[in-house]
Amino acid sequence: MRNSLKKITFLFTVMIAMAQTALAQTNNPEMADVMRSNGKIYVVVAVCLVILLGLIAYVISIDRRISKIEQQHKD
Amino acid sequence: MHKSWWKITAIILLIYTIIGGFLMSVPRLFILNESIRNLYFHVCMWFAMMILFGVSLVYSIKYLSTQKYSNDIFASSFAGTATFLGLLGYATGIIWASYTWVTDQGQTIGSILKEPKLLGAGIAILIYCAYFVLRGSFTDIDKRARVSAVYNIFAFVMLFPTIWIIPRLVGSLHPGAPGSDSGNPALNFKDIDSRLRMVFYPAVIGWTLLGVWITTIKIRVQLLNDKSLIQ
Repeated sequence: MRNSLKKITFLFTVMIAMAQTALAQTNNPEMADVMRSNGKIYVVVAVCLVILLGLIAYVISIDRRISKIEQQHKD
Repeated sequence: MHKSWWKITAIILLIYTIIGGFLMSVPRLFILNESIRNLYFHVCMWFAMMILFGVSLVYSIKYLSTQKYSNDIFASSFAGTATFLGLLGYATGIIWASYTWVTDQGQTIGSILKEPKLLGAGIAILIYCAYFVLRGSFTDIDKRARVSAVYNIFAFVMLFPTIWIIPRLVGSLHPGAPGSDSGNPALNFKDIDSRLRMVFYPAVIGWTLLGVWITTIKIRVQLLNDKSLIQ
């Protein structure tokens, strides 16, 4: 009797553990949480911002240059 | 800077897109995982492309009704920038699809090649490439402007069946096809999470304004070049 009780509790814990892992799999798609927790995502943001700002600065400088040429044409 | 308030708006919105796009929370979904953030970049390219092609169409119609040469310059410059954005959208789509369709869904190369959204978008971009080939083949400026304005109307009309309608009729791996929730996945309020919308709409406006900015620079160069023709 005692032996079978032990077996049943063992089976039960195994089943619960399996259900938990299954649940974890269905509810938690893998995301880049590690990157977020150790802060390295900010490195990516910084790099992208530098590229974006660099491109925008380039566009602004071209814009200015054309404005100058337009002024010269007007005179 | 020439007329700068909307250019500053574009800069602010794009900075917000990068910061908010990478750091704000997004829905946790299978297959897409963290790549759902591509909504702020890949999808925005196509939205900006559609808007700029629409502006190009308006100037083509304006050219046909007024015969003013500057309208032709506007139309071709907007179409050029829009085609470029379309190519960027295509290139980013290739990267995204190779990680979500090929790696995670295990699609074969055959089913990717038959993918109607890719074929349709490819056809649409090729139709616009033909617009520039057509423009380049004329030596007479008036004829070039008139024929390419008419062709531009045809090309814009062809965008709708190739990109929007056919992929949704025949089924596609791309979101928005039957099987997934129908309608445009980025515009459907039931489909897109409100957290995504908070960055997505500003991102569309920001990328579009950047496209318009680059186009105005092209137009101003062209106007300086052709000054003698316009007056």
